[in-house]
Amino acid sequence: MKRYLIQRFAYAVITLFIIVTATFLLMQLLPGTPYSNAEKLTESQRAILDAKYGLDKPVAIQYLTYIGNLIQGDLGYSFQYQGRTVMSMIGDRIGPSALIGLQGLVFGTIIGLVLGIISALRHNTAVDYVSVTIAVLGMSIPSFVFAALLQYYIGVKLGWLPVALWENYQSTILPSLALSVTVIATVARFIRSEMLEVLGQDYVTTARAKGLNESGVIWKHVIRNALIPVVTMLGPLAVSIMTGTLVIEKIFGVPGLGEQFTLSILVLDYSVIMGITLLYSALFIFVVFVVDVLYGLLDPRIDLKGGSKA
Amino acid sequence: MDNHILEVSNLHVSFKTRNGEVPAVRGVNFSLKKGETLAIVGESGSGKSVTAKSIMQLLPKQNTIIPEGEIRYEGKDLLKFSKKEIQSIRGSDISMVFQDPMTSLNPTMKIGKQIMEGLSRHMNLTKKQARERAKEMLELVGIPNAEARLDAYPHQFSGGMRQRVVIAIALACNPKVLIADEPTTALDVTIQAQILRLMRGLQEKMDTAIILITHDLGVVANMADRVAVMYAGEVVEQGTLDEIFYRPQHPYTLGLLRSMPNLDAPRTEPLIPIPGSPPDPATLGTGCPFAARCPYTMKVCHDHNPDYTAVSGTQAVRCWLQDERTPDEHVPEVIRKGRQTSEIAADQAAIDAAGGVPV
Repeated sequence: MKRYLIQRFAYAVITLFIIVTATFLLMQLLPGTPYSNAEKLTESQRAILDAKYGLDKPVAIQYLTYIGNLIQGDLGYSFQYQGRTVMSMIGDRIGPSALIGLQGLVFGTIIGLVLGIISALRHNTAVDYVSVTIAVLGMSIPSFVFAALLQYYIGVKLGWLPVALWENYQSTILPSLALSVTVIATVARFIRSEMLEVLGQDYVTTARAKGLNESGVIWKHVIRNALIPVVTMLGPLAVSIMTGTLVIEKIFGVPGLGEQFTLSILVLDYSVIMGITLLYSALFIFVVFVVDVLYGLLDPRIDLKGGSKA
Repeated sequence: MDNHILEVSNLHVSFKTRNGEVPAVRGVNFSLKKGETLAIVGESGSGKSVTAKSIMQLLPKQNTIIPEGEIRYEGKDLLKFSKKEIQSIRGSDISMVFQDPMTSLNPTMKIGKQIMEGLSRHMNLTKKQARERAKEMLELVGIPNAEARLDAYPHQFSGGMRQRVVIAIALACNPKVLIADEPTTALDVTIQAQILRLMRGLQEKMDTAIILITHDLGVVANMADRVAVMYAGEVVEQGTLDEIFYRPQHPYTLGLLRSMPNLDAPRTEPLIPIPGSPPDPATLGTGCPFAARCPYTMKVCHDHNPDYTAVSGTQAVRCWLQDERTPDEHVPEVIRKGRQTSEIAADQAAIDAAGGVPV
């Protein structure tokens, strides 16, 4: 296990390094400058600014400097906001994104699981058709449509919850719901097909042949085995949803990371782009790692010790 | 009839498909005595497994229809049982061993727990007692180091060992009937022999009746007391092991035996296959289902399905050749000869039963 962990950590560092390098080089290819008033700057003003931010040096030197700072845990300063570190910007913005993401994820997963499991157990009945329809709609209709519908009906017509803005806990509910639609659809479809597959397995017949009642068979033999693959899917889904989605944050006026990320790309805020990309990648790698470890715990056939046991 | 623990009579099973109902089992009759082994043989698709699964009612409810028939276990018709009653029979009175040990155990549950599940369901044992019993069962089926192996997962066992575990699960609650659905088909030959020996040994110890479903006549010869030959969802012939192997009366049984290699036969003698393939159950007519492949077909065979003819007290055949209206010269010699020897055997049996010295 220890060897496995060290190995995985080494891979993670290498992967991050490659991502940082690629992002850094790709950014250099973008046209334009980080200065909002670039046209008005004189040659000498431009030179002073470039020198201040280190942009006058060759790309290779810039890159090495960045890596050097990164190793010391320094993500640098923002270009667009005077004197703000990238760290503090991410810190301010990640809270709301993570909160609505987490709520959407938990709610969506629970509803999705219930929907998918019921649908598999009532395979080819009206219940099944209804839930498959819900899942397909949830997958195919973009989340901003649901966001708008929620705002109009629950926010405006019924007036139960605030339409937008980030003021109190109530403001988090609608964006979370809008985010959960995709989660519900994805999870429901996935668990349904996994359940159907497991239900057809011989060991389920064995369990029935032992005289277990139907709920015993379903809980002990079917659901557990059907859930294992869902874990794999849930990890990456969690990362993408909790690190903020641009559209939902824009529509509901949530001061989240997704919005910040898009903005920083528009104004070429190099260090913020780098910082957020790095955060996404690191989280992703971490979650994939957690999923792998969980998988080993859930499925006894997977041995993380590296196959030393027969 | 009270020594019959299980009696299946006139069992019909159909499946609902997109093209209508397809009959898989069409009027099957057989009975099972305490402690005996009945082999059900037949080709793939002859309805063997469906018959077995319908006894345990393990067929998918949504598309299975059992229009008529009775499955009497200790005199009570299982088909009239409620879901709960069936669940209390499954695993405790009647249990089942399946074909493929690689897939019939839950991969994420410890072996011990899989054995204990049935025990705690049926035998009212505490967890400790159930574990103890599970350990005994593993020892009984010949798994070394049983205590430690209780905590192992199925993937840590070989195929043969897994089938032993499956047998341990099936026999844990001392069932009176064990249905073994091709228990050795997925195993290699040496392991097959071990598993069969194990089953026979346990049968003697526990006095379990076995229904052995197989297409392997070698296995049948090794294990069975009586044999039922199935074809196209019907039992076309049944009798004792000797009757079926030495005095077969149905052309299909005869064909099966002829297509089996025989070590004693001269090496130049070719095996004789049965021509053609089994009929599609969806398009069966009113005649004998074997008529199209039978070398001794008569006109009547194509239009009317024959009824059972009792050849002896234990052997019954579904074939027009047995009808008294069939001219003797039309009945092939093998079958005629078999009939005569069976008469002699019956006479001998009657004399033996009378306990007397032959007059």
